[in-house]
Amino acid sequence: MPKTIAEINEKIKSGKALIFNAEEIIHVVEEEGLEKAAEKVDVVTTGTFGPMCSSSAIINTGHSSPRIKMQKAWLNNVEAYCGVAAVDLIIGATQLCEDDPENKVFPGRFAYGGAHVIEDLVAGKDVHLLTTSYGTDCYPNKKVETTINIKTVNEAYLFNPRNCYQNYAVAVNMHSERPIYTYMGILYPNISNANYCSAGQLSPLLNDPLYKTIGIGTRIFLGGGIGYVSWQGTQHNPNQARLDNGTPVSGAGTLGLIGDLKQMSPEWLRGTSLSGYGVSLTVGVGIPIPILNKDILKYTTVEDKDIVATIYDYSEDYPNCKPNNLGTVNYKQLKSGVITINGKDVPTASMSSYSKALEIANILKESIEKGDFLLTEPVAMLPTAGCDIKIKSLSCVK
Amino acid sequence: MIKRTVVLNFPKSVVKEPITYKLVKDYNLMFNILRARIKPNEQGTLIIQLKGSEEDMNKAYKFITEIGIKWENLAKGVNWNDTKCIHCTACTSLCPTKALDVDRETMKITFDADKCIVCEICLAACPYNAISLDF
Repeated sequence: MPKTIAEINEKIKSGKALIFNAEEIIHVVEEEGLEKAAEKVDVVTTGTFGPMCSSSAIINTGHSSPRIKMQKAWLNNVEAYCGVAAVDLIIGATQLCEDDPENKVFPGRFAYGGAHVIEDLVAGKDVHLLTTSYGTDCYPNKKVETTINIKTVNEAYLFNPRNCYQNYAVAVNMHSERPIYTYMGILYPNISNANYCSAGQLSPLLNDPLYKTIGIGTRIFLGGGIGYVSWQGTQHNPNQARLDNGTPVSGAGTLGLIGDLKQMSPEWLRGTSLSGYGVSLTVGVGIPIPILNKDILKYTTVEDKDIVATIYDYSEDYPNCKPNNLGTVNYKQLKSGVITINGKDVPTASMSSYSKALEIANILKESIEKGDFLLTEPVAMLPTAGCDIKIKSLSCVK
Repeated sequence: MIKRTVVLNFPKSVVKEPITYKLVKDYNLMFNILRARIKPNEQGTLIIQLKGSEEDMNKAYKFITEIGIKWENLAKGVNWNDTKCIHCTACTSLCPTKALDVDRETMKITFDADKCIVCEICLAACPYNAISLDF
């Protein structure tokens, strides 16, 4: 008997909703069968906690006296974008500190950047603000130097153009004779290690692979607070090749996310320093999947062994946009610590935390059980397979 | 049997001496060189793990000191901070001795300081500053 989100919310409010995380549901359906479980189960919770570069915070600092129309601004010496209204700032996760040595001594450490500013703000720390301008009749001030924190600012919200990548690459170094330092970690020559980045069977979009429930307006766990899916993420590519279970074989769908930074916690928004590469923000996201019918339930029972990721060379092929790949492996193999590539045993490591993803799925499960978190009906669905989206590349005219 | 990890700083005058050979032959010490930077006519540094009886170790210390080599106990080692660690596992495939490893049931990091040879590879591999040198 199909359910509606409104009916599930009524059960949540009366404390009668039955909720499992995306790991538990595999065993529940194994034991009870799909039909019976679909009748009983109301929500399956998912989670992910990995570096998501496409993240930012939007801050309104309030007006100084005299007023300033910020033209350039730095938070803890990290430049924020202020080409919007007078005291609105956008701090991007990957922006580096002004005096960062970058890769001048290779590999750079990238100890502090925009993501660390966001983490510091969320932690309630004071953040140094320097802003300059040219002065206008209505905004005469040309320089303000002060400190702000999450409590002194009017609004602070996280706005992430692309998070929650539905699956990702497995990265190796096939051609370089030295270790390479990538956003997928340190990769040793001759395919000596392989790094992946997904929570696999716990990952939100791998549990709703065809975007049947997750859409614009879906309420989510974001960085320890409440957030929403604001749009499909940048590079959303629903037309990626898929297995019969609907899961894509590599990066595919993505989500744009938004949420109130003031509710969030530094535990779930972590500044991330990737040696030789730069700064990123590790973001905790948990998405509930309402079990509206048995087909939706079936998708949530996907297991690591049934999800594959494609192996790419990050020394030559990826940097040069060559479409070659070295085949696929499944997440059960990846999580075992060893995969086989070209007949060679290769140790694996993840950039995304499975144990933290599970913690997020459980926090979300408990919030729903307590009635603190109700589900929302998407106001619009995400573009799905068969739509006219085709990922374009940038043509470089010399 | 005791185990010590020490930093030996060689003055120019002794860089040509076969010190490790003597440590083995005269003092029955087992050694594992963790890092070496020794060039003729320059001061050199050797980070070495030594295993042997306490008596032999003390005699070796006396010998080393007498010929002008500075002997310092190495940093206690690598410190893994469980609070900062997010258990991503990025460090584990690079750790040559599996001192940093993964409990495959929970997918959480385990750290065995006894296995650590302080190669410092993990320091650069950790994006969260969860690994530091503990001096």
